[in-house]
Amino acid sequence: MAELFFFLAAAGVIAGALGTVLLRNAFYAVLALVVHLISLAALFLLLRAEFVAAAQVVVYAGAVMVLYLFVVAYVGGIDQPLSGAGTNLRGTSVLFAVVLLVEFCIAILGSGLSSIDTEGTGFFAGFGTPEQIGQLLLTKFLLAFEAASFLLLISAVGAVILARRRSGLEDPREISVADLLRSSDGGTLSDEKERGSLAEAAGPPNR
Amino acid sequence: MSISWYLVVSAIVFSIGAGGVLVRRNPLVILLCIELMLNAANLSLVAFARANGNQDGQIFAIIVMVVAACEVAVGLGLIVALYRRKLPIDVDELRELQG
Repeated sequence: MAELFFFLAAAGVIAGALGTVLLRNAFYAVLALVVHLISLAALFLLLRAEFVAAAQVVVYAGAVMVLYLFVVAYVGGIDQPLSGAGTNLRGTSVLFAVVLLVEFCIAILGSGLSSIDTEGTGFFAGFGTPEQIGQLLLTKFLLAFEAASFLLLISAVGAVILARRRSGLEDPREISVADLLRSSDGGTLSDEKERGSLAEAAGPPNR
Repeated sequence: MSISWYLVVSAIVFSIGAGGVLVRRNPLVILLCIELMLNAANLSLVAFARANGNQDGQIFAIIVMVVAACEVAVGLGLIVALYRRKLPIDVDELRELQG
């Protein structure tokens, strides 16, 4: 029974990956990646990683993919040819991927590791459950846990700074720093007084 | 199922992702292909965790997921900034740092 589920999930994983690469429309590529992620969660369940499978479905297929879909809808569905850079470069890329696959297969099948030919050893009740993972995260891997949370904070701030509106004066209703300074002075700020102040740094006043 | 089956699936997915990064020109799809490669690495980490009966590999996979989420947030922010500046959404056109 486990074999049947494995082959179903593996077919979903590989089909989703191929769809992500081969579909022209970016929207459909994101949907193919969702299929890939859910099938991958099934493989994680077969490997007794319950918490990782649940996090995969909730975090990846739930949250990150919604972010992708919003950006695809914002930028607009760009129907692009798979590659316009010449068939020469494309053939080389596909050849590179095939060579990489062959190399990996040689490394895996010719490996001297005895444990990868078995179903795995040392399974115990509660392997991979949220209790076990949580205990490990808060004891043995506390430093990695805290570093990951700090990394999330940094990337959230960085994404907001990258994607913010830079030329904020396009919309006349928007308030800039210069407007604030002018209103505090009763609107009598001359060009002489603006020079060298924060109002000058904020750009020409939008009168 | 022996663990090497999972490793072969992981190798196939990683190769598909690597080929996609090289073939595609849309930066959004390139980000998706990087996700594919990270997921392949996750699958092999969890498979090795199962092979050794040790949960450290699963913790590693969760940390990799966190890093992937950070990378997605920053990458999508860059794509939105490109779109706001009316630059082409195409990695072949974006060869210069000063667009």
